[in-house]
Amino acid sequence: MIKVENLSKSFGSKRAVDGVSFEVGKGEVLGFLGPNGAGKSTTMRMITGFIPPSAGAVSVCGLAVQENPIEVKRSIGYLPEAAPSYTEMSVLSFLRFAAEMRGLRGEALRSAIRRVVELCHLENVLGQTIDTLSKGFRHRTCLAQALIHDPEVLILDEPTDGLDPNQKHEVRTLIRKMGESKAIIFSTHILEEVEAACTRAIIIDRGRIVANGTPTELKARAATGKLEDFFRSITRSDTLAEGAA
Amino acid sequence: MKGSWAAIRIIAKRELSAYFESPVAYVFLVIFLLLSGFFTFTFGGFFERGEASLAAFFNWLPWLFLFLVPAAGMRLWSEERRLGTIELLLTMPVAAWQAIVGKFLASWLFLVVALALSFPIVATVNWLGDPDNGVIASGYVGAALLAGAYLAISCLTSALTRNQVIAFILAVVLCLALILVGFSPLTDLLARWASPWLVEAVSKFSVLTHYDGFQKGMLDSRDLLYFLSVMAYALFATGVVIRNHRTG
Ligand SMILES: Nc1ncnc2c1ncn2[C@@H]1O[C@H](COP(=O)(O)OP(=O)(O)O)[C@@H](O)[C@H]1O
Ligand SMILES: [Mg+2]
Repeated sequence: MIKVENLSKSFGSKRAVDGVSFEVGKGEVLGFLGPNGAGKSTTMRMITGFIPPSAGAVSVCGLAVQENPIEVKRSIGYLPEAAPSYTEMSVLSFLRFAAEMRGLRGEALRSAIRRVVELCHLENVLGQTIDTLSKGFRHRTCLAQALIHDPEVLILDEPTDGLDPNQKHEVRTLIRKMGESKAIIFSTHILEEVEAACTRAIIIDRGRIVANGTPTELKARAATGKLEDFFRSITRSDTLAEGAA
Repeated sequence: MKGSWAAIRIIAKRELSAYFESPVAYVFLVIFLLLSGFFTFTFGGFFERGEASLAAFFNWLPWLFLFLVPAAGMRLWSEERRLGTIELLLTMPVAAWQAIVGKFLASWLFLVVALALSFPIVATVNWLGDPDNGVIASGYVGAALLAGAYLAISCLTSALTRNQVIAFILAVVLCLALILVGFSPLTDLLARWASPWLVEAVSKFSVLTHYDGFQKGMLDSRDLLYFLSVMAYALFATGVVIRNHRTG
């Protein structure tokens, strides 16, 4: 359902994403792994149509993002990095805004809000201003916004960032469950997450894909059989990469 | 077309409620009403004029708005960028222009409400004398258009930076420039150096030149066109700025 072909993005002379290609089908959860600055967020922003690619193409549900941006955006739910939200709004009015923007009205809107509130455990903070919420709740409010229209495609940029271990576990379980009927890409730099939630993983380093396979396959490629060792063997740390550039 | 209007309305509604969910709206309204009353009845020479009109009030508005409108508009896009919500907004199924127009209309409506709240001044004038209410109405139309033009410029400057203070200062400077090219004490001075037709031509770009027509009760389509084009240009430029950010 998501098809990325030779996608590249340059900021000035810096190549943030360099010829990335992959596909994600329905029922797949793709883990997007890589050190900080590898180009994960930039790739996701191009898939969601937030930034245009310098080269290459993205299509979602058979539609090219560049040609049909609005149609494509309808079928995507997106959790941006750092989970932004309108902090002066209450959780409920924020979710209502997101639902209205997705074309939901009346009973459909109310039941959509009920559904995501239950999924993301927001019952007790509905009337609270987002400003006053803890980071975990803020994060889940933004996640709820991404799920409100029950999209076919989910793009989640570090969905477990800033959550405590229990919340992380819950979000992973949620992703795995939703992955049965959707196409999901989520980025992370936590390796256990890949084993816990993904059907397949891509490791990306300095804008290029350096590995692509099921978690089991990737683990098998490390001498020690550990995903972490494999990850470390094929990616460079941020400081090294900057020094080399 | 109907669908795009629906999206604009939803965005405008959220923006408008954002004003009233923070103290910004109330502080703004109180300051606007206090200052406009103060200028009208003291410096405006409301009583000394010996005429029943709102000239004292309207003459001060371009200067009062010069600060108040950028203050109301500075957050429009810089706040979206600071919070990162611009990424949410523009990945929802709307075009950037719809978001720009929706946010602009909400703030403009807010400014029009502020203007409407100055009705006690109108009531006072009607009670004291027998003003030409047609002129007053046309004056309000001019004031609303002036607010819209300043606001569109503030929209543009707030798209340029995530820092609201910088957005504010830039907007004040740009709006001031639009005043000064037609501000007669300055243009009279300039006319001594430059050829009068040049000064005259430049002053055609001033908000004052076009604002004055409305204050005399003359509804001229060229004045209307001027304000609408300032708004259209500034909002279009806002779109270009926002697109450039995303292109990197
Ligand atoms: N708007 C931008 N302007 C300039 N450089 C950028 C911009 N966005 C990202 N980059 C650069 O692109 C690279 C990839 O960033 P990003 O996609 O955020 O990485 P990741 O999400 O994998 O940590 C980084 O080196 C970052 O500095
Ligand atoms: Mg990132």
